[in-house]
Amino acid sequence: MNDFWTNTVFFGALISLLAYEVGLLARKKLKLALFNPLLIAVLCVMAANRVLGVDYEHYNRGGQYLSYLMTPATVALAVPLYEQLHLLKKNWKAVLGGISAGVLAGAGGIWALSKLFGLQHEQYVTFLPKSITTAIGMDVSAQLGGVVAITTATIIITGILGNVIAEGVFYVFKIHEPVARGLALGNSAHAIGTAKAMELGPVEGAMSSLAIVVAGVMTVVAASVFAHAL
Amino acid sequence: MKFLKQFMILLLFCAIGELLKELLPLPVPASVYGLLLLLLCLWKGIVKIEQVKQAALFLIEIMPVMFIPAGVALTQSWDSLQPILLPAVVIIVVTTILVMAVTGMVSQKMMTGETKEHE
Repeated sequence: MNDFWTNTVFFGALISLLAYEVGLLARKKLKLALFNPLLIAVLCVMAANRVLGVDYEHYNRGGQYLSYLMTPATVALAVPLYEQLHLLKKNWKAVLGGISAGVLAGAGGIWALSKLFGLQHEQYVTFLPKSITTAIGMDVSAQLGGVVAITTATIIITGILGNVIAEGVFYVFKIHEPVARGLALGNSAHAIGTAKAMELGPVEGAMSSLAIVVAGVMTVVAASVFAHAL
Repeated sequence: MKFLKQFMILLLFCAIGELLKELLPLPVPASVYGLLLLLLCLWKGIVKIEQVKQAALFLIEIMPVMFIPAGVALTQSWDSLQPILLPAVVIIVVTTILVMAVTGMVSQKMMTGETKEHE
């Protein structure tokens, strides 16, 4: 019986949705930012896979159908973006200024910390694209000679972390404008941050979607310049 | 049926995005091409917002779930991450906060600056 539950192709998707429900319930009951539904879901699935002795490949036979929806969902971000286009027209200077400042701060920060830890060039360029969406980040890392598997891992951890800490960061740094919050989430935590921005509101969501696109393009350029620095 | 047609339109833009990625030598993923193209079509009125809105909002709402498999995949890259765990953790935590704070503060500052100019 146990074998049946772990062998069915539906296991991966089923356990993921179940874990997400657990995450939603935990957030509802324990109103703490650390109880982030996505983080809890990932940890629950990892635990369940270990307890039931399911390896990742088997889990992903069902899980891949959730990942499959990522491209249509990203394309769908055009809808909130279109509905908030007037905000972009009105604030385009703040949008471009904020995103480019963030991209430069990120690249500069990674450079400074890599130097501090005495990292090799290969490790340094692996971290450079960590704040942008996985598909672009993997390409950038590969082109600069980084380790793509580690880049992907860092991008995912960055996204989940950004999703978890966003409200705390906004509180500490007094960021209350919805436009600024959205840009900050999309620029630092790409699509996973955008999922959080959508929860905060439609303006936040639209600006976060915009930041994914603009930051992606800017990082491609910034990373290739910064790559020569170490 | 309406819902299915909306989903079909979104998938069409995904496919066109894939095609553009094949044809153009830029490091832009298919999803970003698809997003920009759909935005352009909405703007030009080639696609009406009602033709995609419900399916789009549904997909966006369930977006966090789509990242669960990628998160679980971290167990796969653990071995390669372990030797540089300390610098990795410090770099991820520090720069994520840095990028978020700088982006938010600079754009907020520039926005209030603009409103003040108009006053």
